[in-house]
Amino acid sequence: MIRERTLKKLYSTMLLIRMAEEAIAAEYPKGEMRCPTHLCVGEEAIAAGVCAHLRRDDIVFSTHRSHGHYLAKGGNLPAMIAELYGKATGCSAGIGGSQHLIDLPVNFWGSAPIVASTIPVAVGAALSVVMKGEKRIVVCFFGDAAVEEGVFFESVNYAVLKKLPVLFVCENNFYSTNTPLVERQPKRAIYQMVKALGVRRSFREDGNDAIAVSNRTRELVRAIRNGGGPAFIECITYRMLEHCGPYPDPKGFRPENEKKYWQRRDPIVRLGIRDEKEIEVLKMSIAKHIAAAFSFAKKSPFPKTTSTHELYAQ
Amino acid sequence: MRSNRTISYSQAIREAFDIALGRDPRVFLIGEGIPDPKGAFGTTLGLQEKYGKNRVMDMPVSEAGMTGVTIGAALGGMRPILTHMRIDFSLISFDQIVNTAAKWYYMFGGKTSVPLVIRMLIGRGWGQGPQHSQSLQALYAHVPGLKVVMPASAYDAKGLLLSAIADPNPVVFIEHRWLHGTTGSVPRGYYTEPIGEAKVVRRGRDITLVASSYMTIECLKTARILEPLGASIEVIDLRTVTPLDYQTILASVQKTGRLIVADGGWRSFGVAAEIMARVSEHRYKMLKEAPRRITLPDLPTPTSWALAKTYYPTRFSIAKEITKMLGWKQIRLKKVMKDLMWHHDRHFDTPDPTFTGPF
Repeated sequence: MIRERTLKKLYSTMLLIRMAEEAIAAEYPKGEMRCPTHLCVGEEAIAAGVCAHLRRDDIVFSTHRSHGHYLAKGGNLPAMIAELYGKATGCSAGIGGSQHLIDLPVNFWGSAPIVASTIPVAVGAALSVVMKGEKRIVVCFFGDAAVEEGVFFESVNYAVLKKLPVLFVCENNFYSTNTPLVERQPKRAIYQMVKALGVRRSFREDGNDAIAVSNRTRELVRAIRNGGGPAFIECITYRMLEHCGPYPDPKGFRPENEKKYWQRRDPIVRLGIRDEKEIEVLKMSIAKHIAAAFSFAKKSPFPKTTSTHELYAQ
Repeated sequence: MRSNRTISYSQAIREAFDIALGRDPRVFLIGEGIPDPKGAFGTTLGLQEKYGKNRVMDMPVSEAGMTGVTIGAALGGMRPILTHMRIDFSLISFDQIVNTAAKWYYMFGGKTSVPLVIRMLIGRGWGQGPQHSQSLQALYAHVPGLKVVMPASAYDAKGLLLSAIADPNPVVFIEHRWLHGTTGSVPRGYYTEPIGEAKVVRRGRDITLVASSYMTIECLKTARILEPLGASIEVIDLRTVTPLDYQTILASVQKTGRLIVADGGWRSFGVAAEIMARVSEHRYKMLKEAPRRITLPDLPTPTSWALAKTYYPTRFSIAKEITKMLGWKQIRLKKVMKDLMWHHDRHFDTPDPTFTGPF
């Protein structure tokens, strides 16, 4: 069961992410976005499905592959593109690049590339929410490799212990760079391991089914907001491009039949919207928005020299 | 309006916590064993009873995760104070301190900061050994984005701790176990000492002796012992390791022309090296002698108390550096040798008779 309004929101969010990522991929070879960029083509349904049920004041943390989460939370696109170009108008003033995005007005509190490093920070943000008596929740996005880090266990342990309002979202795309999951974890489901840590609401969903992700999130967000403690969703998905950069994997990095299998399960195609005309209008509007963002980024000035004056908050 | 009275270093820290918890609802204490009946060497005694479990908390033995949690809480508007009972344990959370806390403000273009205090204790004595006795200020001071303070007096312990709590940046607050019992004049009520300012704690003309934490005490004692022999030693207490107050040190060397740095850490790649380098860069022509340093040897701390005398600097080893720099023959120390060899007839693995271990 899903509202028409939610369906449209899911579709337009996924389309925005897809078109933005593809625009970045198209421009990247020109060599003007000079920072490691990890695109999320193929994984859009997770960002869209989860963020569809978040309020503006709910808090999101993410990782190096965060463009989708940033945009789905309502992050400013021109500031994101400018950040990739290393400009002073970037969301992190050109200091962070693609791997360190932030947009406080929409409560995207930060993304950082050290694997799993933002997970305990997200739990801490949830602690501050409880201490201040607020009704917000915190969402932390991360990949399948993050659950291998010690701090993942430590974060979940504490969130369960203190019944903190955190939604952990694991985007399981079966690879850590080019190392497959089977070489890193034994044969047991991630969501079941998390359940054993005490997270009662721990589920696995088809991460390329935006409706499934959305429905599950809606249910879990409600439970968390009612003081039910942390929840976990393992979303099964696939990264259509290479780990880092604008191209598909070089041949041989991942099996061809695997890629074909997942291409057939494209989340945007699967969702589909009946009205062709509406799609065209949407695409044109998004394309315009993206073009304006790139134009803004290219025209923006670079930051001046950095100094120790910027090192400490006053 | 202040009224001073004499209290111990650990009481001064406790007082700072009590005041901070009382005046600012955002402040909370967290650490392994913080509400323990022993009160973390007296520094947290009675605070959980007074302020409750939501303000003074224990935590799982998850240093890395909990450091991340305090960072997140700080981003969320709280003012957490995390304690590591030994600086050695903080290494488990080194990634969170260095990669997350130290960099968050800068790498997000100054959009938000991490007002977090991480308190770390340096152990010494009673055979605590290699993993409970390290003095790692140099590691933390090397990282841009952190502030590192090391108060040597009860007055500074309280004032710098209150400053650290008020600071919007991550501050590493390093206490020395052997300072906890030392006493000094401390005002009641709220006051702050500025982070980033060293203090000339003894004026002199012949040598600039820069020290910090427990070494400040040893250097002051040694300077006092040597004065009747004609050595006029200016002792500078760093108080803050970073941002380092080079101006005070340079002004002193301008006057004395001689520099010795005493640091409680290992010899190579440490705080002493940084100060000697900086002074050489800016006051090379003023130096009458090459700078010297008094540190631990490049060895982990041995456990047997029999080895403490050759491992740790003593008043005698400090005096030797001073006599070398002044070009004195060691025989000149004969009159004061009894005071300089204070460590000789003792175990030298406890700070004073009232400390009976463990911890």
